[in-house]
Amino acid sequence: MNFKLKVWRQKDPKTKGKLVAYEATDVSPNMSFLEMLDVVNERLVARGEEPIAFDSDCREGICGTCSLTINGEAHGPDHPGAACEVYMRRFKDSATIVVEPFRAKPFPLIKDLVVDRGALDRIVQAGGFISARAGSAPEANSTLVPKHEADRAMEAAACIGCGACAAACPNASAMLFTAAKVSHLAFLPQGQPERTSRVLKMVTAMDAEGFGNCTNTYECEAVCPAQISASLIAKLNREYAIASLRRNAGE
Amino acid sequence: MLDSTRSTSNLSYPAAEGWNLKPVTAFSSFCRSSIGKKFIVAATGVVLILFVVGHLLGNLQIFLGPDWVNGYAEHLRELGPLLWVIRAFLLVNVLLHIYFTISLAIENRRARPVSYKKKDYIKATFASRYMAMSGLIVLAFILYHLAHFTVRVTDPRFLLLKADPLNRYDVYSMMVYGFQNIFVSGFYILGMFLLALHLSHGTSSFFQSLGLNDKKLTPRLATAGRVFAWLIFIGYTSIPVAVLLHLVKPAQQL
Ligand code: SF4
Ligand code: FES
Repeated sequence: MNFKLKVWRQKDPKTKGKLVAYEATDVSPNMSFLEMLDVVNERLVARGEEPIAFDSDCREGICGTCSLTINGEAHGPDHPGAACEVYMRRFKDSATIVVEPFRAKPFPLIKDLVVDRGALDRIVQAGGFISARAGSAPEANSTLVPKHEADRAMEAAACIGCGACAAACPNASAMLFTAAKVSHLAFLPQGQPERTSRVLKMVTAMDAEGFGNCTNTYECEAVCPAQISASLIAKLNREYAIASLRRNAGE
Repeated sequence: MLDSTRSTSNLSYPAAEGWNLKPVTAFSSFCRSSIGKKFIVAATGVVLILFVVGHLLGNLQIFLGPDWVNGYAEHLRELGPLLWVIRAFLLVNVLLHIYFTISLAIENRRARPVSYKKKDYIKATFASRYMAMSGLIVLAFILYHLAHFTVRVTDPRFLLLKADPLNRYDVYSMMVYGFQNIFVSGFYILGMFLLALHLSHGTSSFFQSLGLNDKKLTPRLATAGRVFAWLIFIGYTSIPVAVLLHLVKPAQQL
């Protein structure tokens, strides 16, 4: 297969970037999108040109490192799935494919398609943990969790922190991410002691990073590789309102 | 994910340090947070939706004849100071709704300084993406509508209206004469179209913003919200349409 690529190239955060056209020829339909970029890069290097910088790690949809906006969709056309799980057979032969980085102010661009998503880590650092004794694993049945609560917590915990929700959101809001992180602990008994302070701290951190505000368009859940449901944002809103009331009452 | 320690150092989160704030500060920090603002927009939106429904029920009495509408209008006026309390309450709701929406919209703009060259929307509806636009046009419509039917400064013919047989203001004939003008009716229908567009997203959206939603409810609320919005549209526009088709005629000649 052959493709025309238009890739965002930007030397560093300060230089102005632009879309640059590349030809990707003799591509196997069973290559992943990232493998196709690897091939393009090898050819660029062979010609003595600077290869396209992009992020990836596991290349199997579990780490959340890859972060491409392909043809205007975060993680490309194959939802649910990360950019590394998109295969070239998904595209029409000789199609033009536009590749851009995840765009949001809290995701400053480092180079080409690579952005710094440390903002998401800082939201988690603000409260997305439990301050429990670390040590050997406790006896499995010492804390009982009802099956359906455990399932809901697992669904929320599936978030791989890729940031596609914020990248796809018309408002660059990271509410789906924050909702997933707040919810998965709120569903579990281990998360209860810090439940109130956690949501307040994490939402404050999210706002401080400069993400936009959710307007309930649900674009996030459409691109989320972990299929996090936007209804968790309703849960986040609920958690936050209740926590604010408790804080208001001076608890 | 990238090394996160790189840029953390200088950011400080007020709430992370001392989240146990005094009640007053706690409330103001709620109102300044993203979620708090959404809450206010949603809560004021609910009040305005209730008004839209109540107003429609009042208007539809035109199909029951002059006596009903004129009597209803007289009742409203008899509320006296209470009517002004209600009006003031609605005004406060409108102002809060607009103020917080605009502040959210400005933040949303800032959150993506470099836009995509190519951007596709998969799930976001047209109505959901153009809420500010539909809202502002509806606002312009409301201002005109108040000047037209409440303050009555735009149509000189309204001055010629005589009281009805029971010596009440003839609201019925005023509405009919008002809507006989094709431009007035046209703008009205356009205003109602944008209102319906606004409500088709807003009605289900407020459940989400107020946290009254879950996975099963989401699709049902979305459908119900749309049906509700377009019923509102049909209800309101039925009046100018009936007038233009001469199905409803004035109760008095000018
Ligand atoms: S919620 Fe989904 S899209 Fe957002 S960071 Fe988590 S996995 Fe990625
Ligand atoms: S590279 Fe790990 S999710 Fe794509």
